[in-house]
Amino acid sequence: MDLSDLTTRLQEKFPDTVLEVSEENDEVTLQLKGSSILEILSFLKADGFNFLADLTAVDNLTLGGNERFTVVYHLLSHERVERIVVKAYVSEEKPLLPSVESLWKTADWQEREVYDLFGIEFESHPNLIRIMNPDEFNGYPLRKDFPRQGRGERKDFPIVERMTRGDRE
Amino acid sequence: MGLIKDTKSNILTTTVEAAVNWGRKNSLWPMPFGTACCGIELMAVLASRSDIARFGAEAIRFSPRQSDLLLVAGRITIKMMPVLQRIYEQMPEPKWVISMGACASSGGVFDTYSVIQGVDQFIPVDVYVPGCPPRPEGLIDGLIKIQKLVEKDTFSNYSKRK
Repeated sequence: MDLSDLTTRLQEKFPDTVLEVSEENDEVTLQLKGSSILEILSFLKADGFNFLADLTAVDNLTLGGNERFTVVYHLLSHERVERIVVKAYVSEEKPLLPSVESLWKTADWQEREVYDLFGIEFESHPNLIRIMNPDEFNGYPLRKDFPRQGRGERKDFPIVERMTRGDRE
Repeated sequence: MGLIKDTKSNILTTTVEAAVNWGRKNSLWPMPFGTACCGIELMAVLASRSDIARFGAEAIRFSPRQSDLLLVAGRITIKMMPVLQRIYEQMPEPKWVISMGACASSGGVFDTYSVIQGVDQFIPVDVYVPGCPPRPEGLIDGLIKIQKLVEKDTFSNYSKRK
């Protein structure tokens, strides 16, 4: 796949933001600083990447890397049948990114999922609440420093007693 | 039960308790709580090959208020547990509970923050059916064990309602 023209234009337009452009197995990956992700993705959308195929996150705690978290956007152009992966780095101290819900509606629930499991907040998201865990849940379970067996959430329920047949064998 | 032969017509004598329990055990109405693959196996038990209707328990009710047997089939997450407890409490007395499969009984392989490690920690369970998922024969065996429990039930137990 030849996206060299596009990536050159991107690097010219956003010289401070694009950290690295790499291509492996016909897949172009852009690595960026998180703060200007909205401008870059707007640019890519205007360029024909009309479909946000996936939005997810990686915790780099044990992997190393530029920052603690990477938010990954998989874009697809239906017209040109091209794919591009955009990785935005987010720091642990300030896990905040601009929401891309204004570009692709599907980002609404995907960003909620990333918020639920990684605790990365998305600025100007219309409804940033937990999507899978209970609302009162504490912590972000897919962070690598979250214990696998949890912090006692699964034991924190009232016990419903047998009402009548108490002395049954 | 006993048969009195000396009367003009045939009369069957029994106790109300035995008659009621006989009726109950042969018409258990299950409330299926299928959250995972055990739920699929539960459907197989209902289907013609295994045919749980032979044991009078084919009247699946998706309303807990019409059921007397709760079938917990599958893993229960921390978000689902309050729902399960609510459903258990909505079922009228007398009621029985089968914990079907490894996940409902012990959490199974899902030893994670979100999966309850056995529903018996929080609701009463009468019969555990092991397996991942259990074969239909396993669930039918569990149902027969419930029937034996129903048989032994006494009215005096009901009066202990709080």
